[in-house]
Amino acid sequence: MVCTYVTVQIAFFDLGALNTVAALTIAVFKAVLVVLFFMHVKYSTRLTWAVVIGSVFWLGILLALTMSDYLTRALRTYG
Amino acid sequence: MLPEGVRHHPSMLAHHFDDLGQQREAATLGMWVFLVTEVLFFGGLFAAYAVYRNWYPDAFFAASHELDVTLGGINTAVLITSSLTMALAVHAAQVGQRKLLLIFLIATMILGAAFLGIKSVEYQHKFVEHHVPGPGFVFEGEHARHAQIFFSLYFVMTGLHALHMVIGLGIMSVMLWWSWRGTITPEYYSPIEISGLYWHFVDIVWIFLFPLLYLLGRHV
Repeated sequence: MVCTYVTVQIAFFDLGALNTVAALTIAVFKAVLVVLFFMHVKYSTRLTWAVVIGSVFWLGILLALTMSDYLTRALRTYG
Repeated sequence: MLPEGVRHHPSMLAHHFDDLGQQREAATLGMWVFLVTEVLFFGGLFAAYAVYRNWYPDAFFAASHELDVTLGGINTAVLITSSLTMALAVHAAQVGQRKLLLIFLIATMILGAAFLGIKSVEYQHKFVEHHVPGPGFVFEGEHARHAQIFFSLYFVMTGLHALHMVIGLGIMSVMLWWSWRGTITPEYYSPIEISGLYWHFVDIVWIFLFPLLYLLGRHV
């Protein structure tokens, strides 16, 4: 398990054209590993699963609705 | 004669639970619900970051370049290792190995303290370079005003994270004390387990903070 983390971290030090999507994908992957194994969610009750997935979903709502507002402001015209 | 409903039960079983298993599941669920609130707590800051990053990408790239990737990377490794020692501590508690539990708890705390130490060195660098937002802020280049926004987000997000680390160290001290005293047994290890959940959460926040703050636009 430690090896996995070290390998993933080495990926960060490829300071070339690592763009945001790749870096965030690796971060999500690491976070999922921590949540599933270190936090034993893999062995937890369905209720715990529901709470964890709910938090991801709620965070998604926060980010999706906020960004959809800001990102579409340039498209508005005033009539 | 005792009333019919009274049963002999373990001393650490609270009266409103049927058995230790239910108590443990309730404790775990409770901690998870709290962590969900923490996700949204940090999530608001991440949303603010997303908006400003979308507005001022060049300033963010220039400002991020001023952060020390080496120190940040070392801190990431330190935290992930501390999560590993924490998971090993939980395992030791489950199988009743008190000495190992103590060792791993102490290792986790040492790593956590190392993280905070490295962070304070980074903050000190920022003070010296006048990158702290406020009247004394100085930034070369044309993005000075918007770079200040980046540094504001940097200090608030890493500062909030560091505050959670300090609280985590406090929690671990209590866990260390309880483990030393023998309160933690293979039947009753859920304090260690839910403290571990908190610690892992703080680690996960950093796993996202690090690429977003330190690794912006590191193009060749």
